Amino acid sequence: MSWMMYVLIIPFAVLSMIVNTLGVISLYRFKDVYMRMHGATKCSTLGAIFASLSVIVYAVVQLCSGGGVRFTVLIIHIVLALFGLLIGNSTSAHVLSRAAYRSGILPKFAVIDEYAEFSKKELAEELADAEAKNEEVE
Amino acid sequence: MTLARCLFGTAAAWLGFLAFGSILRLIQGPTDADRAVALDTMNSLVISIMILLSAAFDSILLVDLAIVYCGLSFVATMYLGRYIERRSR
Repeated sequence: MSWMMYVLIIPFAVLSMIVNTLGVISLYRFKDVYMRMHGATKCSTLGAIFASLSVIVYAVVQLCSGGGVRFTVLIIHIVLALFGLLIGNSTSAHVLSRAAYRSGILPKFAVIDEYAEFSKKELAEELADAEAKNEEVE
Repeated sequence: MTLARCLFGTAAAWLGFLAFGSILRLIQGPTDADRAVALDTMNSLVISIMILLSAAFDSILLVDLAIVYCGLSFVATMYLGRYIERRSR
């Protein structure tokens, strides 16, 4: 009965390895910051999900065969870490892409740029706010 | 049971090799944003490694470390983004 869990654990672990490998390959094969970010962020998040799933399956099987309370704690903490990773990865990819655009790196193969006018307006508003703050201080 | 632990250890070793691969991109990246993306990838790889090693070495402490590392790397990436954005003006 114990070998049954390998039916789930081995595919999850191997999938995690494969997907993470694709993510790191995409860091080298793509030409642009935005393409690299696209490949690397998605693939590393999916790889972390699969790695956590394999560990969670292992912990559930140990728990069902009389492992004790510590495996419950392990499952809860892994779910917490995974939740933090999901939110943190997507938010940091958003912040990094915005920072890359504003620092002057334009997408190489893009045909249309609809963010340009909006970005100019936002920048002007921020500069006006900063000047108002400076006048208040002075 | 030991086989599962060996499997987790092997997966963690392979992910560590991949983390070295993203460190190479961190060194040779043409722009600052490339370096930041490579650092972000390496951080999530390290979190996966910690989760896998916690099952391989049977210790819950490593998962707590992974949670703390997750929050710290998130804050670090936020500050890197602000830095890259400010430096251009």
